[in-house]
Amino acid sequence: MLYRRKVIDRVSTIWMIVSISIIVLLPVIIGIGLYIKASPLLEIKSLGQLLGSTIWLPNEKEFGFLPFILGSLYVTLISFCLAVPVCLLSAIYLTQFAPKQFMNFMHPVIDILAGLPSVIYGVWGVIVIVPFISNHVAPFFGVKSSGYTILAGGIVLAIMCIPYILNMLIEVFNTIPTGLKEASLSLGATFWEMVKHVVIRRGGAGIISAFGLGIAKAFGETMAVMMVVGNMVQIKFSLFDAGYPLPALIANNYGEMLSIPMYDSALMFAALLLFVIILLINLIFRYFIYKTKSNE
Amino acid sequence: MSAIATYSLVATLAFIIILIFVKGFNALSWDMVLKTPKGGYYYGGEGGVLNAIVGSLYISIGATLIAALIGIPAALYINVHLARYKRTQNAIRYILDALWGVPSIVYGAFGFALMLFMGMNASLLAGIITVALLILPIVVRTFDEVLCTIPKGLHEATLALGSTRAEMAFKIIFKQGFPGLITALLLAFGRGIGDAASVLFTAGYTDLIPTNLDEPAATLPLAIFFQLSSPIPEVRERAFAAAAILTIIILIISLIARFLSKMHSKTNLK
Repeated sequence: MLYRRKVIDRVSTIWMIVSISIIVLLPVIIGIGLYIKASPLLEIKSLGQLLGSTIWLPNEKEFGFLPFILGSLYVTLISFCLAVPVCLLSAIYLTQFAPKQFMNFMHPVIDILAGLPSVIYGVWGVIVIVPFISNHVAPFFGVKSSGYTILAGGIVLAIMCIPYILNMLIEVFNTIPTGLKEASLSLGATFWEMVKHVVIRRGGAGIISAFGLGIAKAFGETMAVMMVVGNMVQIKFSLFDAGYPLPALIANNYGEMLSIPMYDSALMFAALLLFVIILLINLIFRYFIYKTKSNE
Repeated sequence: MSAIATYSLVATLAFIIILIFVKGFNALSWDMVLKTPKGGYYYGGEGGVLNAIVGSLYISIGATLIAALIGIPAALYINVHLARYKRTQNAIRYILDALWGVPSIVYGAFGFALMLFMGMNASLLAGIITVALLILPIVVRTFDEVLCTIPKGLHEATLALGSTRAEMAFKIIFKQGFPGLITALLLAFGRGIGDAASVLFTAGYTDLIPTNLDEPAATLPLAIFFQLSSPIPEVRERAFAAAAILTIIILIISLIARFLSKMHSKTNLK
């Protein structure tokens, strides 16, 4: 009897250790796997050449990733500018001003919205944002546009990331002790002054991390952006031109990937690039969060 | 001002859901749900998206099972065997959180590399493995959050009564966290069924319902994506209907998860 229990203990412990090592090694394995696939390209071109060149001609083995990186950054930047004020104000309202019932109602709603697949947001973008830009916004500025633009990508991304960022912000604001807020109010601060000087200052690191993680999510988002952004290889800085972010490049070309030599390693290199950038952003901002949590 | 921001945000988000439903229900019929695409479907012919619905369910169920098989022992290990090593615990959580943030297209590309390495074609199995990797951090981290809340006294009482650590993990801690596990699995399932970028390379696309693990499988998000890029209005209408179906599935899953986690907070030891 005792023997059997010991064997079961052994076996299940081994099972647990195997599983946990799979998970802990997963980032390393992903990195190595993508690197192996991308290495043929890295052998003929240096890293600087790949990242700095703007020429994209897969048939002639010219792979310049600059247009895609800039496209990604640009779309992310727009969505960031749109999402930040809305998120910050809503989070403050929901946690500090709004009645408790409203908050209780909103929390599940935000959760569900954060769980909606990106394709759904993409569909919404195609139905609403794209025609709106081509019929109203672009003519207003005197530009002709199909609507499939960087601006559309930015708006859809912003809408997508808002529930995600808002969730984290609400969590941050809820950790601020009530005593601090009451002390500030009893010293004669108005409610808004209290929010400005106590809530935002105290939650500073958390707020920055929430936005940082939001950026990481926006940077790697594929389907929703790809459906509205136009996907043309060019470097233009007008809001009403089509762009081509990095994830869309990978997703769009999987079909012809194997028919052109080196093309698959180029796409794998793109994936590796995306993986490294986003993992780094995540690690940095998560570290912030852990630090603030352990301080409390 | 923040009130305006909040209410306009609520209005926009409500608008998205309502619009998807209104547009979708116009094109939604039983044919859409119950039939596979027939010849000329992509030019506005007869048929539905049953292939995609079934394909999506196969992939997400398979992936959730694999993720559970690896994720449950991992989460238990963190909370039982590593209970005294706070630093290791936090380091593992840190890695998992970072993995959670990695976009699905990267998993898709990695899954593709893995698939070529193992000599497979785009198939149901490759799709399941890729999605399993994608939702693994979600399962472990969500289950782990629940296990964290189990009181330390329970651990000590179990060990004091002479049980081995495996017995403690699977008989006591697992039972306490079970409702939380269901929530975690449902969350992961919802993420898996809605994800398009990871199955784009690995699961392929087909009009038939897969009968074997090495056949390609269609998925609902990809069905929406392909149909929406069609120039024919009727096919685009169907994309809206498929989007409505997907939204309904996701809503049902998250409502069940929410309900279960409420039950959990009522019945468990605190």
